[in-house]
Amino acid sequence: MSARDLHGPGAPWGPGEPGAKSNQEFVTVGKPHRKVDGIAKATGAAIYADDITLPGMLHAKTLRSPHPHAKIRRIDTSKARALKGVHAVITGESMPIKYGVIPWTPDENALAVDKVRFIGDPVAAVAAIDEDTANAALKLIEVEYELLHTFLDPRESLVRAEPAIHEGRKEGNISKSVQLEFGQVDEALASADVVVEDDYFFHGSTHAPIEPHCAVATYSPDGVLTLWSATQITHYVHRALSRVLELPAHRIRVIQPCLGGAFGGKSDPFSLEFCVAKLAMLTGRAVKMLWTREEVFYAHRGRHPMQLHYRSGATKDGKLTGVDAKILIDGGSYSSFGLVTTYYSGQLLTGPYHFPTYRFDSTRVFTNKPPCGPKRGHGSVQPRFAFEVQLDQLAEKLALDPIEIRRRNFQGDFTRTVNGQRVTSNGFLQCLDEVERASRWRERRGKLGFGRGLGVAGSMYISGTNYPVYPNEMPQAGIQLKVDRSGLVTVFTGGNDIGQGSNSMCAYIVSEELGIPIERIRVVAADTDLCPVDLGAYSSRVTFMVGNATIDACRKLREQLVAAVAEKWGCAPTRVRLLEGLAIDLEDTSRSMTSVEAFHLAETKFDTLGATGSYNTPKLGGDYRGGTIGASPAYSFTAHVVDASVDVETGRITVHDVWVAHDCGRALNPMIVAGQMEGSAYMGIAEALFEEHDVNRFGLHRGPSLLDYRLPTSLDTPEFRARIVESIDPEGPYGAKEAGEGPLHPSLPALSNAVYDAVGIRLKHLPFTPAKVLAALREKRERESVATAQGAR
Amino acid sequence: MLRLPKFELCTPHTVAEAVKLLAECPGAMLVAGGTDLVPNMKHELFTPPRLVSLANVRELRGICTRDDGSLVIGAMTSLADVAASDLVRAHAPALAQACSLIAGPQLRTMGTLGGNVLLDTRCQWYNQTYFWRQALGFCMKKDGEVCHVVKGGKNCVAAASNDSAPTLMTLGAMLDLVGPSGPRSVPIDEFWVADGIYNKQLAKDELLVSIRVPKPPAGHRGAYGKLRDRGSIDFPLLGVAVRLDLDASGAVEHVDIVVTALAAQPKRITKVLELLRGTRPGTPQFDESVAQAAALAHKQCKPLANIPGDADYRREMVPVYVKRTLHAAARGEGPVHHV
Repeated sequence: MSARDLHGPGAPWGPGEPGAKSNQEFVTVGKPHRKVDGIAKATGAAIYADDITLPGMLHAKTLRSPHPHAKIRRIDTSKARALKGVHAVITGESMPIKYGVIPWTPDENALAVDKVRFIGDPVAAVAAIDEDTANAALKLIEVEYELLHTFLDPRESLVRAEPAIHEGRKEGNISKSVQLEFGQVDEALASADVVVEDDYFFHGSTHAPIEPHCAVATYSPDGVLTLWSATQITHYVHRALSRVLELPAHRIRVIQPCLGGAFGGKSDPFSLEFCVAKLAMLTGRAVKMLWTREEVFYAHRGRHPMQLHYRSGATKDGKLTGVDAKILIDGGSYSSFGLVTTYYSGQLLTGPYHFPTYRFDSTRVFTNKPPCGPKRGHGSVQPRFAFEVQLDQLAEKLALDPIEIRRRNFQGDFTRTVNGQRVTSNGFLQCLDEVERASRWRERRGKLGFGRGLGVAGSMYISGTNYPVYPNEMPQAGIQLKVDRSGLVTVFTGGNDIGQGSNSMCAYIVSEELGIPIERIRVVAADTDLCPVDLGAYSSRVTFMVGNATIDACRKLREQLVAAVAEKWGCAPTRVRLLEGLAIDLEDTSRSMTSVEAFHLAETKFDTLGATGSYNTPKLGGDYRGGTIGASPAYSFTAHVVDASVDVETGRITVHDVWVAHDCGRALNPMIVAGQMEGSAYMGIAEALFEEHDVNRFGLHRGPSLLDYRLPTSLDTPEFRARIVESIDPEGPYGAKEAGEGPLHPSLPALSNAVYDAVGIRLKHLPFTPAKVLAALREKRERESVATAQGAR
Repeated sequence: MLRLPKFELCTPHTVAEAVKLLAECPGAMLVAGGTDLVPNMKHELFTPPRLVSLANVRELRGICTRDDGSLVIGAMTSLADVAASDLVRAHAPALAQACSLIAGPQLRTMGTLGGNVLLDTRCQWYNQTYFWRQALGFCMKKDGEVCHVVKGGKNCVAAASNDSAPTLMTLGAMLDLVGPSGPRSVPIDEFWVADGIYNKQLAKDELLVSIRVPKPPAGHRGAYGKLRDRGSIDFPLLGVAVRLDLDASGAVEHVDIVVTALAAQPKRITKVLELLRGTRPGTPQFDESVAQAAALAHKQCKPLANIPGDADYRREMVPVYVKRTLHAAARGEGPVHHV
């Protein structure tokens, strides 16, 4: 079967109904074990891409466009080539084949060919004996540009096709447009007792991982290219390198070393990966490129700015009748994941509430800005913000408690959304209960006095999707296990551990299934020569898919171990239990042997030990074009309550507490799950109050540094109170679903709703700067004084 | 990572040696804590052939009082030490408060008071990498001709962003300098010029030795208010230094307000003494006078869009921070800061 059935007879904890089991009946799963790479990271021993230094290694740097939109008339690299210490200089013509993470929209070049599309677009690269020489060489490259009209306003891109940012497209400067309607929305809204219609704006933000992008390449004399890269998608980088460098994929090896954060910002193939590879091939030397922080800001792929218009109707008892959305998405200069973003902006809103009818009209356009892409909560954080604020507006009109209106519209579990997505486990009501109780909502909401308030919001998110980026029927996740005679089990996974703990997750599962301690498990990950394919760390797919594949492999291996032990003891295999480094006889517990002995017996009986496992999604999604985009084998659910106050003199918002209740199915490691929940909520509050990724009137990034891009410090960070809800999903590994992205979503609308409770202003335009708060307060006072004057008349 | 341009590093042990090393190499610069100079050099705002480090010059460190009751702070004293000093907190509370809010904890440990007093002015079009500045054709402060803040502007309007300076102005501080031709002292009030390119009257071969704060009267109160986006790290979007001296009866005898991060030099709010003199903190008259002083400050301050952030909002915050900082000083409290 395609999806794991954890109720099956192979479960190591014996017969019964695992769905009802508490964590006490697991040995490893559900416990707060440290991460397998925790000590290495804490002591500085972990090897990141920039820690890799090879004999004779060259350093590479990138020349970037100082113009937001221009044709390249001429490039002269002769002076740079002549500089002592320079080994190679490449330009767009060195690698003219376009690529893109989505195979339908290949519109990027490793280095610009013929034209540049934003300030920071890579134009040339130099490999030299050291960084200073490479930088000096960049200043010697002469580029002649012909300036073109610059698009900075997405509304202009919508109506103006010339000059085309990407030539030869029939849609002009429109990147992707999706219109889908489910049911008769206009009729539903016409018959609603109340309708709220409003505009919302979501600004751009970026990931700002602490580790900048870095890649190192070597090219062996026998023609094998090896690339170490700070990526979260080893497999797609492998494919893209093969395409652009015109090398067969079997001659390319891609390795992801330890990674210092990604959040979606390392899930495209990037210019530096192709450049170091090409430069290594040209020079025969190892080549490294480490981006500066500024370059990371230009590479971007962050949150898309969206202009959102929503119209929602409800009956007088608060039941939604229909939702109508129109969204303009500012994509920046390239497609990246934009096709998916455009679908996600509509497709992922249809829970945890029941929408009887729904329509969305989303259009992504190109502008001459750093390209947008997937940031934690890809494509769905923005519409979620708009809708959850609108839901509070509806509740207000109906004089309903904001939590109550959310309860009344709960879609239920094991159901289907209006757009045809299958929903399995759904713990949203419990999430609401948790945050309501923990925040003392009933006693405190609306009663904290002018200036302080509580707000709520909910959300859902995917645990991976059945859309594999490039169409194929092969598994989405694969695992290989290798058993050593020492008792060590090595797990080979294509999964990318980007700090979320996926390597640890694999080890926990092997420990649980084979009954051996975590210390006897080694995880080898994200190396295309060694590991079976996994599609990568995106869409919150890894725990669900790699976890299930790991269980699959373990069960096959376990069957061999148990059979060998049972044969030795002359008992039925069902009597053999693997536990805590032992094989024991369940009916005669005095009889046991070590797992090492069990491995030896099995190797003697069956030959060299090992197993593979895989996961693929069942058939999912609506039966229409795009119906599989956003179709997930399981959805996570979240509710937040935010407690915030507003200084009405300065307009500054202070967030005191955020209660985060998240249904992750089952917490395989509650400490890591809580960390993901807190980290997500931090990122949401950061976007709401501090971070802004935008360009100035020149099209130049407003402040590409960690000084000017305001990441909240510990002093700016509220208390996050994580409450894990476990709905035990029937298809997740031991019932687990995602926890890394969902818990970001409600932070922003819950904060807006809290500010409304505090001071009576609706913040609909992000970010919530003090200046905007003051403007809204002024507007409110004016409105009230007009109303008072009219009342007096 | 951005690369640091190459330079020669000298590490003298005495002031005399440092002055000599600075004078003998045209274009040489001093480096104290390096917290501002090093990133500025990475941005190619400065490319000195030689850096004369003051790290080993022990005579430049330390805090003491002289017989006349004045407080003397060596220019190389760290901001963390100034902020934590009981002497400074008693003698010049506004200065201690300002130093406690400069940058973040790590930078205050490295950064020095002298370095903060002499901090280069800041502008969103200037404190950027070479590539970034090149993309817009540079600006008049460095490598270019035009001003991107004021269209057609002839003068650089980069903002004084040194939190310590306005407090030292309210305290009537003296700067003790030394150069090849010997020592000189200058009142900090007379140290500044309205030029964002280089806003101080310090010759390139001069060195700041110490900062001297005269003994304040018994009823001295002081406070500092700082507006910034985050609770740490950021330079001021607005800084308000307040001095409030009360007479023996508890009435206001002297008041001084200096606002910074508006333009090239800190700005003194005029005519506030007339408003507040003779009022007593805690009375409605005092509160009323504070409100009037705040309104006056608003009238006198017009921040430009030189540093990041909304200039209109920064202006709107002038009266709020003036009011809050005056009240904090009156109560013997402060700093005024949002966290």
